[in-house]
Amino acid sequence: MTNDAFGRSILSSVQTRRLRIVPAALLAACLILPAAGAKAQEQPAPAATGAAAVSPDGAKTVGGQAATKDDLGKYTLPDGTPTYHIAPDGTMDWYTYSGYRRYHAECHVCHGPDGMGSSYAPALANSLKTMTYEQFTETVVNGKRNIGHGTADQVMPAFGENLNVMCYLDDLYIYLKARADGALGRERPSKREDKTKAYGANENQCFGRSN
Amino acid sequence: MRKLAYAAVLLATAAYAWPAAANDGLISIIKDPKQWGIQTGDYANTRYSKLDQITAANVGKLQVAWSFSTGVLRGHEGGPLIIGDVMYVHTPFPNIVYALDLNDDGRIIWKYEPKQDPNVIPVMCCDTVNRGLAYSNGLIYLHQADTTLVALDAKTGEKKWSVVNGDPTKGETNTATVLPVKDKVIVGISGGEFGVRCHVTAYDSKTGKQVWRGYSMGPDSDILVDPEKTTSLGKPVGKDSSLKTWEGDQWKIGGGCTWGWYSYDPETNLVYYGSGNPSTWNPAQRPGDNKWSMTVWARDADTGVAKWVYQMTPHDEWDYDGINEMILTDQQFNGAPRKLLTHFDRNGFGYTLDRVTGELLVAEKYDPAVNWATKVDMDKNSPTYGRPLVVSQYSTQQQGEDVNTKGICPAALGSKDQQPASFSPKTGLFYVPTNHVCMDYEPFRVSYTAGQPYVGATLSMYPAPNSHGGMGNFIAWDNTKGKIVWSLKEPFSVWSGALATAGDVVFYGTLEGYLKAVDAKTGKELYKFKTPSGIIGNVTTYEHKGKQYIAVLSGVGGWAGIGLAAGLTDPNAGLGAVGGYAALSNYTNLGGQLTVFSLPN
Repeated sequence: MTNDAFGRSILSSVQTRRLRIVPAALLAACLILPAAGAKAQEQPAPAATGAAAVSPDGAKTVGGQAATKDDLGKYTLPDGTPTYHIAPDGTMDWYTYSGYRRYHAECHVCHGPDGMGSSYAPALANSLKTMTYEQFTETVVNGKRNIGHGTADQVMPAFGENLNVMCYLDDLYIYLKARADGALGRERPSKREDKTKAYGANENQCFGRSN
Repeated sequence: MRKLAYAAVLLATAAYAWPAAANDGLISIIKDPKQWGIQTGDYANTRYSKLDQITAANVGKLQVAWSFSTGVLRGHEGGPLIIGDVMYVHTPFPNIVYALDLNDDGRIIWKYEPKQDPNVIPVMCCDTVNRGLAYSNGLIYLHQADTTLVALDAKTGEKKWSVVNGDPTKGETNTATVLPVKDKVIVGISGGEFGVRCHVTAYDSKTGKQVWRGYSMGPDSDILVDPEKTTSLGKPVGKDSSLKTWEGDQWKIGGGCTWGWYSYDPETNLVYYGSGNPSTWNPAQRPGDNKWSMTVWARDADTGVAKWVYQMTPHDEWDYDGINEMILTDQQFNGAPRKLLTHFDRNGFGYTLDRVTGELLVAEKYDPAVNWATKVDMDKNSPTYGRPLVVSQYSTQQQGEDVNTKGICPAALGSKDQQPASFSPKTGLFYVPTNHVCMDYEPFRVSYTAGQPYVGATLSMYPAPNSHGGMGNFIAWDNTKGKIVWSLKEPFSVWSGALATAGDVVFYGTLEGYLKAVDAKTGKELYKFKTPSGIIGNVTTYEHKGKQYIAVLSGVGGWAGIGLAAGLTDPNAGLGAVGGYAALSNYTNLGGQLTVFSLPN
C-alpha cells in the first residue's frame, strides 16, 4: 500500500458499509494531512502489516492472522505484535476499548477525535497504516519534532515519564491500529470483553498503587 | 514615508507618554476611536468603536484594501493594534511581532522574533495561539508562549526589558494578552490541563519587576484575600476560604488558570477576570468546591487584594473554565442606574453582576440547549444561593468514574469560549459568538506527573441534538433581562471576537473564513467576504487619513482546529453535523493572514 503525502491510502481502509460517507471523510483527511504525510516520509515507509481481515476464529485481527490471548486479555500475533480482536458479533477486546478511552484523554487534544487529526497534528488513523509497533512506541516515548520555516511547527512531547500514557501504550497502539485498518469506525466501542483481574493488577503495579 | 511614520509615532507618544506614574498614553488612545491600543479596544472590554463612516447602509460595498501574510501557519487569535500611523501584528508561536507602516500599505517597519524553545509547543493545550499585544507609554508588550513577557520599543522594536512569568517544563505556558493598568502590566498564565496552580501577576511597566501575585487557590496569603473584607455574594469569605474546599494538598496542583481577558474600571480601581477549571477533569479525584477555580475575581489594581469573588461552577465536572471576558457597562437595571459586569460563561449562563459589590443580578442561559443545570439559584435566603442547580443525569460526579455520561450541553468548549463578545451602547445589546455543541464525558482516574497532561476524562462532542444541525450561533443578548434578542445560525462554532460600531454594524468572523457584517438591531446579514483561512481572530476597526478600516486575522486553528478539522464525529453516526458541514477542512485550510477592508473611494 502506498501512502503519499496526501494520505490517499485511506481509501483502502474505508469500510464498505461506510462508503457513502467517503467523499466528506476522505476530503477531510486529505486536507489536514499534508503535515502528516510529510512526517511519514521522514522515515522509510515499511510495507503495511496488513489491513483488517478475518482470522481463523472469525474475528477481525491485523492481517487476519491467528491471535493468541493472554491472561491480561491482550491478543498477540505470531510475531509478538499486539493486535485488536473484534469477534463476528462485534465484541471487541478490552485493549481496543481501553485504548479508545485513553486516546481521547491523552492524545485527542492534538490528534483529534477518533485519530482523525487536527489543524496541527497528524491523523494517527492514517499514520498507523504504515507505522510499525516499534516506531509507534519509540515516538510516544521520545516524542518528535518537525520545525522550520513554512511549517506548522509540529512538536510531539516525550511521554516516556507519563504513566497515564506509558501504562496504556499497548492499549493505544491496538486502538489506533484498529482505526487505521478500518476494523473500528468513528465510534465509541460498545460490546467488549471485560477487564481481567490480571489487567487490573498490572495497571495498579504500573502506577505503583497497591492491589 | 518611513520618517513620516516614525514622526507620527513620536508625536503620538510625545503628546502624552512618559509621565512618571500613569499610562495616560493608553487612556488617550482608548478614547480616540481612530486608534486601537489594547486587544479589547477599551478597559471595559466592550469592543465597541465610535467610528461611523461604515454604516448599515453602506457596509455592503466594503472591499479589501490590502492584506498581509504573517508567514505562520497555526491558529491566529487576537487582532492587530493601531497606534498612530503604525499597525502592530502578532503571530502564534514563534510569536513574531511586525510593525507595519499604514502610510505605505503595510510595509514592514520592523520585525521582532523571539527565540523560544520549541518544546513549549506541545505543552500548550489546544494549539499555539496568542491573543495579542498591548500598548502603553511607547512600549509594545508581547507575552510569549513560554511565558516571557517582553517590552518592546514601539518605534524601533528594541527590547527594553523582559521577565519570565512561569516554567514551561512544568506545563506553565501563555496564550493570553496582557493588560497595562496605571504603572503595572497585569499578566495571566495557562496550564490547567497540566496541574499548574495558576495566578495573576502585576509587573512594573517600566522595569518588569514583580509587584504582586495572586493565586487562584491556596492559603489566604497566596490568593490575596482578606478573610473579613473580601466578600462573596455579599458575605465575607472567612479564613482559609480556598483551602477548606480541597482535600489535603490537592490545591497545589489545582489549576484555576487565568488565560482569559482582563478588564479594568478606573473608578473602582478594580481589575476583573475569571479563573479556569480545577485540575483534573475527573471530579471524583478532587472532592470539594475547589475554590477559587471557576470564579469571577475583582482585585485591587495596586495591591492585588480581592474585593469580591463569585464562584460560578463550584466543583467543576465538565471543564467549564470561567475565563471569558468581563464586560463593564453603566446601564439602567430595574429602573436604576447600575455599574454592571456582564459575563458569558463557558457553562452556558450569561451573568450580570454589580461590579462594585459583586451582587448577582441575572443568570440565564444564553443557549437554549444548556441542560447540565436547571438554573442558578437566585433566592438570597436559600442555602444554595448563587449556585447552579445541577441535573443528576448530566453530572459526571454523580454518574461516577468510568461511566460515560451522555448528552451534556454545552460541551467542554462551552456555550462560548474566549472569543470575546461586544456591547453597543447605542442598542444596549451584547453581541455574542457562541458554540452550539454537546458532549459525552467519561471521567477516570489519572496520576499527576509535573509537566505532563493531567486530564482524566474522555470526551466526544457533537452539534446540539434536535436543533438546526450547526455547531454555532451568533446572538444578540439583553443582559438586564437575560434574554436572547436575535440569533443567527452558523454551521460551525463562532470562534471570532465580535466588533460593534456606531455605524450600527456588528462584525464577526467564521471558521470557514467569512468576515460577516450584520445589522446591529436586527441581525440581518449585510456583507460577507471569504478570507483565505478560517477566522478565530477578533475584528478590529481604526481610522487612517480620514478613512475607516476593518481588520481581521485569518488562520484556522485553536481548539476549533481539533476535531472540527475532520468533523467532531462520524457524519454518519446520527449525532454528527448535517451533511458537508461535518468537516471544516472542506471549507478552509491553514494560513496566517491579515485582511484589511474599507469602503471604495
